[in-house]
Amino acid sequence: MEELISKLKQEVIQQLNLEDIKPEDIDSDSPLFGEGLGLDSIDALELIVLLEKNYGLKIEDPKDGKKIFHSIRTMAEYITEHKKS
Amino acid sequence: MTMNYNITGYCSIRNQVAMVDDRLEHYEENFYTFADLIKSLYKKEEISYPKFFKMDGLSKLGFLTAEMLLKQKEKGKYQGTRVGMILSNSASSLDTDMAFHETIRDRRQYFPSPSVFVYTLPNIVIGEICIRNKFKGENTFLISEKFDSGLLYTNIREALDHGRMDVCIGGWVDLLRERYESLLFIVEKETNISPDTEQKKIEFCPEEIEKLYLKI
Repeated sequence: MEELISKLKQEVIQQLNLEDIKPEDIDSDSPLFGEGLGLDSIDALELIVLLEKNYGLKIEDPKDGKKIFHSIRTMAEYITEHKKS
Repeated sequence: MTMNYNITGYCSIRNQVAMVDDRLEHYEENFYTFADLIKSLYKKEEISYPKFFKMDGLSKLGFLTAEMLLKQKEKGKYQGTRVGMILSNSASSLDTDMAFHETIRDRRQYFPSPSVFVYTLPNIVIGEICIRNKFKGENTFLISEKFDSGLLYTNIREALDHGRMDVCIGGWVDLLRERYESLLFIVEKETNISPDTEQKKIEFCPEEIEKLYLKI
């Protein structure tokens, strides 16, 4: 899990052009939206693209997004859970 | 009665050179790509605006030009509903359109990028500058085959004459791959000019706009 979290942090930085942020600056459990990284609605769409492009995962119900993209850890948990099936 | 307007400041970026009001502000001797130049200017200007890195190239170019133009002006003077923008270019948003096309070109790797897509209109650069500077006035983006001082003059003059704005940030922001040039200038009514800019003012007319463009 920790390996995936570390990889995800790098992918999020790259996908969202977070130029001045390093992986170690991102707290695995901090909220990605509102506070923390201060991401916006376009970033949310980019994260959906990231999951699909890098992990082949499509989010079928948009309502799930809030839970999945709460933090880097919740993203990693979702990937781990759904890649198995 | 014909109202007199003046250009009270300008900034240009082209060929690794940035000028503000006839003053050389930045020059890169070694070859810099557009992306490198933009990063270098951002750092040099000590701007702290995380959203900058999410902008497309055209917006970054216009944004930086506006920052350099406005940083030495009286703080808070240019704000609100009476400040408008009229810009132009020749490549529209083609540079970003092509970047977006790259994300959808291959049917097997079809991942349209939302953050690139939102910049596939040239007037977004105006939006970015207005958000940063709290300009709430009217704005227009014009496309012409090449720099057209007459087109800019006519449109800016019309907006000011009809009282739709008191101050207009006008100019040219053009980007296509490594070809970039920007020129932004402030046009305001004679009565709006503060004593410190009185001596620097330039008559607002097509000939003077053309001269500013030829300087870059």
